[in-house]
Amino acid sequence: MTKVYVSSVIPAPAAEVWKIVRNFNGLAGWAPFVAESRIEQNAQADQIGCIRNFTLKDGGRIRERLLALSDYDLSCSYAILESPMAVENYVATLSLTPITDGNLTLAEWQAEFDCADDREAALMQQIGNGVFQTAFTALKHRFGR
Amino acid sequence: MVRVCQSTIIDAPIDEVWAILRDFNGHDRWHPAIAFSEIEGSEPVDAVGSVRHFRLNDGGELREQLLALSDKDRRLSYCLLEAPLPLMGYVASLRLKPVTDGDATFWEWRSEFNPPAHRRDELVKLVTEGIYQAGFAAVRALLRRNAGAPLEARSSPAIVPPASSASAPLVTSRAAASHAETTHAIVVERYGGPEELQLRDFALPLPAPDEVRIRHTVIGVNFIDVYCRTGFFDLLQPPGVPGMEAAGVIEAVGPAVSGFSIGDRVAYACPPVGAYSERRNMAPELLVRLSDDISDETAAAGLLKGVAASFLLHDVHAVKTGDIVLIHAAAGGIGQLLVQWARHLGATVIATVSSDDKARIVERLGAHHVIVYSRDNFAEAVMRLTGGRGANVAYDAVGNDTFAGSLAALAVRGHLVSFGQASGPVGNWDIGRFASKSITVSRPNYAHYTDTSEKLGTHVTRFFQALRQGVIRVETPTHYDLADAARAHRDLEDRRTTGALVLVPRA
Repeated sequence: MTKVYVSSVIPAPAAEVWKIVRNFNGLAGWAPFVAESRIEQNAQADQIGCIRNFTLKDGGRIRERLLALSDYDLSCSYAILESPMAVENYVATLSLTPITDGNLTLAEWQAEFDCADDREAALMQQIGNGVFQTAFTALKHRFGR
Repeated sequence: MVRVCQSTIIDAPIDEVWAILRDFNGHDRWHPAIAFSEIEGSEPVDAVGSVRHFRLNDGGELREQLLALSDKDRRLSYCLLEAPLPLMGYVASLRLKPVTDGDATFWEWRSEFNPPAHRRDELVKLVTEGIYQAGFAAVRALLRRNAGAPLEARSSPAIVPPASSASAPLVTSRAAASHAETTHAIVVERYGGPEELQLRDFALPLPAPDEVRIRHTVIGVNFIDVYCRTGFFDLLQPPGVPGMEAAGVIEAVGPAVSGFSIGDRVAYACPPVGAYSERRNMAPELLVRLSDDISDETAAAGLLKGVAASFLLHDVHAVKTGDIVLIHAAAGGIGQLLVQWARHLGATVIATVSSDDKARIVERLGAHHVIVYSRDNFAEAVMRLTGGRGANVAYDAVGNDTFAGSLAALAVRGHLVSFGQASGPVGNWDIGRFASKSITVSRPNYAHYTDTSEKLGTHVTRFFQALRQGVIRVETPTHYDLADAARAHRDLEDRRTTGALVLVPRA
């Protein structure tokens, strides 16, 4: 089992950041590598079990199932069903924690998955840096930093 | 029931913050409200269930019990047993999380308690501001203060010239543009991770009348450079060039400088920062002249550590034939030199290391006994190896993890030389207890042994002589391009390296 963990400080109150990241169908609105997204079978984006089907700007397609969403803990977990990355048992959680000092937000994104040994380092880099950190950086810019 | 939750970001790596907070009895060293704290009975400070008994500056006394401690989650919980205030049922926990984006630390401190209704607001404010927010500020201040201490760290302000002297190539170029040359240098534009180490070109003015210009050939990389980069030490003010150790050749000499000429081979290991550059101007007072048999590489990789080993073994404690010397972290940079040199001085060397691989390195260097301290109780081992006599002197830069064991391993009239605290501060000790063995404790600071050319000269001469005579050997360092300084820092911080690291400017 491989684990990836990335965290960052977003310069905005947690409630405002949560408004953006809570939307399971909203990646295209803030993650720079996502082209478009839809929820399959007309489900609601906050219905546990719903599937988001999105295309990357490089053309790849990913399907992910919403496993958990908590407006209390400000966290969202999902599993990959299909993707161009050769990963199995991929489960990720994105969560926010308020930083009272300055009214900022700690954003954490972690994933666990299985993969071929020789792909592990590249996947950790791709997911940790190419996906999670890139999205956090975009989120920071969105709030003006 | 009220709940209080406060959180902040501390601009330091999580391990450094956790080293401070995990010490359940250490709060009197940083929290401004607390005058004195001790653990009741003889419980270890990290034993769940231990009770800390502490006194506030206003005289109030409290007792708190450790309920949970997790090095895995970096979380600690405790409850109040006795207090002068009605914080009924007070249970608190603090936890840390790493901020990978910038290598900082998220710290959350929360509690629940039942105050009497009429004092609720007052007590919530006290806990929120007087305890938690004041604690955040105090730990920040402690981390900054720690930046002002010893060998593994920094020098005293006495030898740091005022910022206005601007000897290092600064981002803002000085006036004499017509005479200026350019230099490549690694610049930290703002405190942060290794990615903040960027190669830039700058105008380098002519040296001031009392300065020389040095063209660096090999540049030493030390852990202190990491602390300068992250802002943990304020020896570097962004934008600025890090680095405090290098060797090279004098290229230009200011008119007021005597004793140095163009073409002289020199080295240094001192502030001000600015060594991560192809060329720099600096005052010549603490420059060391290199003779032909000392290579630039050896000087850049070994000068700082060699000078430290010299005064530790000769001045802080004069090691002599027949002494039993205990050396911790013996496979580390200074540790390797101490082992070789102490043996040469006729001592019986007992070394401690953290792994079998390191044990083999230290055995090859000539240690008489090597203890893997993660496996064996080293204090007991020292007593066993010495027939119950103990060590005459212990060199300990590990700090928190080894200090108590080092004391226990000493002989009667033994000397504990504490010259670093890689695992955290050593805490408070009742010196009355040292009387049981007439123990001496020293806490030397690099600067106080090296801040004049006379003091420094003694150690440099001794270090070079020891190198020439083969008493000690400086291992071949790992080389990086100057432009690759970020990778060197990553490797150093990930403990991926053995021996010294150096940067080489591209010709």
